[in-house]
Amino acid sequence: MSVLDLRSLSKSFGGVHAVNAVSFAIRRGEFLAMIGPNGAGKSTCFNMINGQLAPDSGTILLEGKNIAGLAPRDIWRLGVGRTFQVAATFGSMTVVENVQMALISHAGEIYRLWRPAASLYRARALDLLAQVGMREAADRPSRALAYGDVKRIELAIALANEPRLLLMDEPTAGMGARERHELIQLVKKLVVERGISVLFTEHSMDVVFAYADRIVVLARGRLIADGDAAAIRANAQVREVYFGTGKTFAGAVS
Amino acid sequence: MTLNAFLFQALNGLSSASGLFLIAAGLSLIFGVTRIVNIAHGSLYMLGTYIAYSFATKIGGGLGFWGGIIATAIVVGMLGALIEFLLLRRIYRAPELFQLLATFALVLIINDAALYIWGPEDLLGPRAPGLRGAVEIFGRRLPSYDLFLIFVGPAVLLALYFALARTRFGRLVRAATQDREMVGALGVNQAILFTSVFALGAALAGLGGALQVAREPANLATDLIAIGDAFVVVVVGGMGSIAGAYLAAVIIAEVKALCIGIGVVHFGMFSVNFSKFTLVAEFLVMAVVLIARPYGLLGRPQAAVRSVAEPEDPIRPATPLLKALAAVVLALLLCLPLLAQNSPYLLILGIDVLIAVLFATSLHFIMGPGGMHSFGHSAYFGLGAYGAALLVKWLAAPMGVALIAAPIVALGGALLFGWFAVRLSGVYLAMLTLAFAQIVWAAVFQWEELTGGSNGVIGVWPPPPFDKASVYFLLALVLTVIGVLLLRRFLFAPFGYAMRAGRDSALRAEAIGIDVKRVHWLAFAVAGCVCGVAGGLFAFAKGSISPETISVGRSIDGLVMVLLGGIQTITGPIVGASVFATLQDMVMRQTEYWRALLGAIILFLVLAFPQGIVGAVAQLFGKRRKGQTP
Repeated sequence: MSVLDLRSLSKSFGGVHAVNAVSFAIRRGEFLAMIGPNGAGKSTCFNMINGQLAPDSGTILLEGKNIAGLAPRDIWRLGVGRTFQVAATFGSMTVVENVQMALISHAGEIYRLWRPAASLYRARALDLLAQVGMREAADRPSRALAYGDVKRIELAIALANEPRLLLMDEPTAGMGARERHELIQLVKKLVVERGISVLFTEHSMDVVFAYADRIVVLARGRLIADGDAAAIRANAQVREVYFGTGKTFAGAVS
Repeated sequence: MTLNAFLFQALNGLSSASGLFLIAAGLSLIFGVTRIVNIAHGSLYMLGTYIAYSFATKIGGGLGFWGGIIATAIVVGMLGALIEFLLLRRIYRAPELFQLLATFALVLIINDAALYIWGPEDLLGPRAPGLRGAVEIFGRRLPSYDLFLIFVGPAVLLALYFALARTRFGRLVRAATQDREMVGALGVNQAILFTSVFALGAALAGLGGALQVAREPANLATDLIAIGDAFVVVVVGGMGSIAGAYLAAVIIAEVKALCIGIGVVHFGMFSVNFSKFTLVAEFLVMAVVLIARPYGLLGRPQAAVRSVAEPEDPIRPATPLLKALAAVVLALLLCLPLLAQNSPYLLILGIDVLIAVLFATSLHFIMGPGGMHSFGHSAYFGLGAYGAALLVKWLAAPMGVALIAAPIVALGGALLFGWFAVRLSGVYLAMLTLAFAQIVWAAVFQWEELTGGSNGVIGVWPPPPFDKASVYFLLALVLTVIGVLLLRRFLFAPFGYAMRAGRDSALRAEAIGIDVKRVHWLAFAVAGCVCGVAGGLFAFAKGSISPETISVGRSIDGLVMVLLGGIQTITGPIVGASVFATLQDMVMRQTEYWRALLGAIILFLVLAFPQGIVGAVAQLFGKRRKGQTP
């Protein structure tokens, strides 16, 4: 069974069909990239899956349960982790406290008033930090970190609720080439170990074609292609939306 | 009420709307461009009335009156430019709350300046030359001056509209309202733009005040009343929208006028006097609008202000040094009744300081870690104080029961108001909390049968042995220490962390399963509850409680205390409250002009310690430590 199954999902803003009857599914353990030019509807699609937007129509099945229109926190409780395009952490907390916060919430203990939070789940938080290579930075304020490191912290936070599905919105935006590959390799390693499915949007094609198991392509709100790297490379329609038809060049030469 | 009477009241409302609009339009313009909520705007309005009075009486005649009104607008506009140039220019990059504090200091200073120049008596100006008569409309006589005022509002609205739409200055103002950083990046001289906008806003307020000279006496209490009204108008209309300000001014003035017009209505056995609901009505309108349209009727969501505030450090448990210091202070306080045997006054002051500490700490709880800048914390103080006092008055409850009831009553109020407040943020949240506090105040003030109205409740004395200052001091000390330690404990617990998580990044907090609104709502309730204890203690300490002790002034005092101590530290509010309460007491005994002195001190502190006292000390130590280990 698919972990996530989108069925003819649609959303309009005013008269603009940002996402128009999009359907695709993610299989267990799959590393699925969603790509498309600017304005293709990737972010809208993403925000409907994570609960920030409610779809106008269509269903989003998470292991068979429709989650369309649920609040982000409820979707998280069902086992969906996420990272943000512009990394967001709790700036007034240390790195390890950021992860502890997610663990405390996962355990349903955020309304506790007595035990100091700093003592709760610290060992597990440190373990998660070690897995993303940030153990040494545990007690530094999270706002003092370099951007690439913040992305790693986000990953640790996203793994805290043992998700079945991880949503990553442009995980490597704003990073250099080497950092980019390191981060994606890390993600890939962690999700393979845990059997987590990943849906990510990405602008750097090197990352997409090197790591994605499968790729879906959106353009102007519609799904135009769905397949592995070779199939997408060969797809004429995808070439067209990314590079144009090439006819203008043909005209100029003749 | 007959249809004619109804229409007549509606006309009356329109003429009040003009004055409201003028002050609100200036406030809105200034906020739009500079992002400063100018609390002193009501003071500029008040000055307008006083200055116009002087022109009208000293020069006299048509020139003194009509020329005086124009001259007043110019003078107040120039004063506004001066304020911007000397003070505000230094604090544009300071955290929002510091700007509020600085402009509040101006309120204090201007109020005492007016007291010094014009004295404490109400001053009624002459009637307008040329418009002394009245016109008969709907079977009643409407002063022609009021009729004239009806047209002033739309005239100014049109003039502003064309100035904003057609002139280069107007384009810059509109551009800066949308994105002032971008305007600066495009090479516009922001300093001149900001000064001129502030001058224009001040001139409008001055004009509004000056036009009242023939209608209402110049009065020293006008400043806070006017700013309260103006806040409501601006928030209802939408921050930064001039047309919204006019629409809101009309709605609010009409609602008030109609309340007065309806008067007493009998519903079978009950009779309700609507003219007593004017204060509540205005704020109810605001609450309803804000809940339905969080950015006001014609407002838009605020453009993201790129934050310039110093980010907050992670909280750490108290160091051994701090713990030792706290123990010493506590020991000293426990000995105070012995030490102060010869100066009982010290104990009275001590009780005041303790109540202030509890008040400020509870406010800081939602302001700092919660990021909710409440401008109406006096509501929960008032609910606690009146809850306790009324139990004593009507049910002859013993003090123990009353002191337990105080936080429960405050908790109820905080749960109700907080549910609405957490749906908003920033300036809008501040204004909504202010509105709720005004509703509590107005209810207490106008519900005479229950609360004694402006006389308050008297005879709330503690029974022996608490009637001795030393014993009551110890009681206050115990309750305050328990309250402060509890709040501190909560902050270090998961709940406090969740509060800060929601403040730091609501998006991220929701994405890890935290219901941010609910957490903040409960935090609001906890703070209100603890604040209620302070209110209960206050009632028994003074033996009485009156509406003025729970007015807007107390909310502002609380803000000053928190900011003085430094909002980013947990010990801040304790230090801030102690310093403020002591300072206020000392200054009040020194001079008749204690408000101005207090204002000057606040200005000095704001300019000298932008992180508050504790923040400044911490930063000093932090720097030194860094210096030692390069």
